[in-house]
Amino acid sequence: MKKTLTTTVPAALIALGLASAASAEIRIGASVSATGPAAFLGDPEAKTLQMLVEELNAKGGINGEEIALVLYDDGGDANKARTFATRLIEDDEVQAIVGGTTTGTSMSILAVAEDAEIPFISLAGAIDIIQPVKPFTFKTPHTDRMACQKIFEDMQKSGIQKIGMISGTDGFGASMQAQCKDVVGEYGIEIAADETYDPKDADMTAQLTKIRNTDGVQAVLNPGFGQGPSIVTRNYRQLGIELPLYQSHGVASDGFIELAGKEAAEGVRLPGTALLVADLLAEDDPQKPVVTAYKAAFEGKFNEPVGTFGGYAHDGFALLVDAVTRAGSAEPAAIRDALEQTSGLAGTTGIYTMSPEDHLGLDLSAFRMLEVKDGSWSIVE
Amino acid sequence: MSELLQFLFSGLTVGAVYALVALGFTIIYNASDVVNFAQGEFVMLGGMVTWFAHAAGLPLPLAALVAILATAALGVAINKLAIEPARGAPVVSLIIITIGASVFLQGAAQLVFDKQIHSFPAFSGDTPLRIGGATIQPQSLWVIGGALVVFAGLWLFFTRTLLGRAVLATSNNRLAAQLVGINTNFVMTLSFALSAGIGALAGVLATPITLTAYSVGIGFALKGFAGAMLGGMGNPKGALAGGFLIGLIEALTAGYLSSTYKEAAAFVVILLVLFFMPQGLFGRKSTERV
Repeated sequence: MKKTLTTTVPAALIALGLASAASAEIRIGASVSATGPAAFLGDPEAKTLQMLVEELNAKGGINGEEIALVLYDDGGDANKARTFATRLIEDDEVQAIVGGTTTGTSMSILAVAEDAEIPFISLAGAIDIIQPVKPFTFKTPHTDRMACQKIFEDMQKSGIQKIGMISGTDGFGASMQAQCKDVVGEYGIEIAADETYDPKDADMTAQLTKIRNTDGVQAVLNPGFGQGPSIVTRNYRQLGIELPLYQSHGVASDGFIELAGKEAAEGVRLPGTALLVADLLAEDDPQKPVVTAYKAAFEGKFNEPVGTFGGYAHDGFALLVDAVTRAGSAEPAAIRDALEQTSGLAGTTGIYTMSPEDHLGLDLSAFRMLEVKDGSWSIVE
Repeated sequence: MSELLQFLFSGLTVGAVYALVALGFTIIYNASDVVNFAQGEFVMLGGMVTWFAHAAGLPLPLAALVAILATAALGVAINKLAIEPARGAPVVSLIIITIGASVFLQGAAQLVFDKQIHSFPAFSGDTPLRIGGATIQPQSLWVIGGALVVFAGLWLFFTRTLLGRAVLATSNNRLAAQLVGINTNFVMTLSFALSAGIGALAGVLATPITLTAYSVGIGFALKGFAGAMLGGMGNPKGALAGGFLIGLIEALTAGYLSSTYKEAAAFVVILLVLFFMPQGLFGRKSTERV
């Protein structure tokens, strides 16, 4: 599925005189996986970017300059992403790139962007994207390592010392499984059972039975995404396991509760973003206005619930707009410098403060420990 | 003991899904020697159309019926538009056409429906049944029952009805079948309609357990194909046994050895069986009568 979407300046706006000052324009490129295996991540990302650009241009753009978004769909294919990144830089002459839905596509865009010295904000999870720090590459999602740390912190508070893990064998599950095993020691927790499942599997009762029968297991953690975690949750209740069940940020959405079933999902905990609990945030929470506005705009326009992944695109775009505004220039080098000086920018994922050593700019406080209560998400204090 | 029983239940649940998909392969294969790689997409459509119709307000049984009929009609369309115009082409070309049809259906499904994961309620609720210390979902019994009913139906069709024998005759020698008055075009159309319908039925029954999305077809097709190969391509008995066997091997390996090796264990068994019995467990020997 090759689909090329180009959102350019709406001519009508110029005719109405709303954007009369727009002599020059700021060109932003994006390559996301709106189709293919990562479509359920990339599709909301593409929609979010298009919506935000339209919104911003309707308000007059940045410093009086219109934004032109050149959006490509790489279908989750790293080779295509590389081609599109090259095209964005050489043919479309963009000043910055947002995108790279998966770690694979991000890695190939990053190589091209670094060479051409064009700032790139990645929307993928892996820590390798920003570690070691590369001068022109930034990213918005927290890493899976941080998700592990947040979960283990919560387990520690409940006095849990021995856990079972059941992970998907897809890229997301395998990477998080490895990161969790790497940091688990720091929390004095032992992984007593370590099982896996294929993301297309229909039944995980065999693995869960094995975990249940392992001596001393006090909680179960399921790193994974897609339908696997929903099936794990159902099978968990089917077997009548009473131990606390932790899911990952990969399924932090209302869709998870719906697919797993309200009864089965009851009591499940996971580290999620403020976006999921927009209504429950305290009035003085700095993220409240951002998430409420994004949620209302996205759900009003597309008639589907917002998700964490669309939120990553929102934050990537917000970082860029903030950087261009502060720099007062759309030169790639100026945008890069401004991005690195981002400080206290409230996004949907967390509050970003970048530095030359940290191109992610989030800490563990970006995650909120959520629990399913009476069929909807609630914040664990 | 309850542990073993739980592993067996897990294997039967998964195996029944594989078996149902494997059964769908048999009819088209019997009629034309073509392995229809779009079979998985029929399963996907069964689930997706039912979800779509149910979400649009139809009661679940009616939505399921709509899905099965719509998918069967689509099967006929694929035969008329893609397979029939290529009549006379070698079997390999026809198989490649079915791969093309599969890619097309998957692409169309993500445009017509969406890219999210969906499910609909289980037919008899979600309260698991407890048997001897192990549990099984009522929906699993629906899938197992569905596989057995489809198997019985196919077995009767191929051995007891004139039409079923006409299908076998078409596969054996199309020209000879025409000479004795069999309408081979009709046989092909019928086999696509039945295969697609059975695939959609598998999707309808399995979705409350496996969940569905536009992309699930390939996974179903691969496991179903493996089941059909293990049992013997074209034989309903083989499809049933092969599907259940793969499910059970996977569950027992996951339970007693390690879940990391469960896919590998299943494929090692398939390779071993095919090495010693190239026709599969119940496959017919290809003898040419002169």
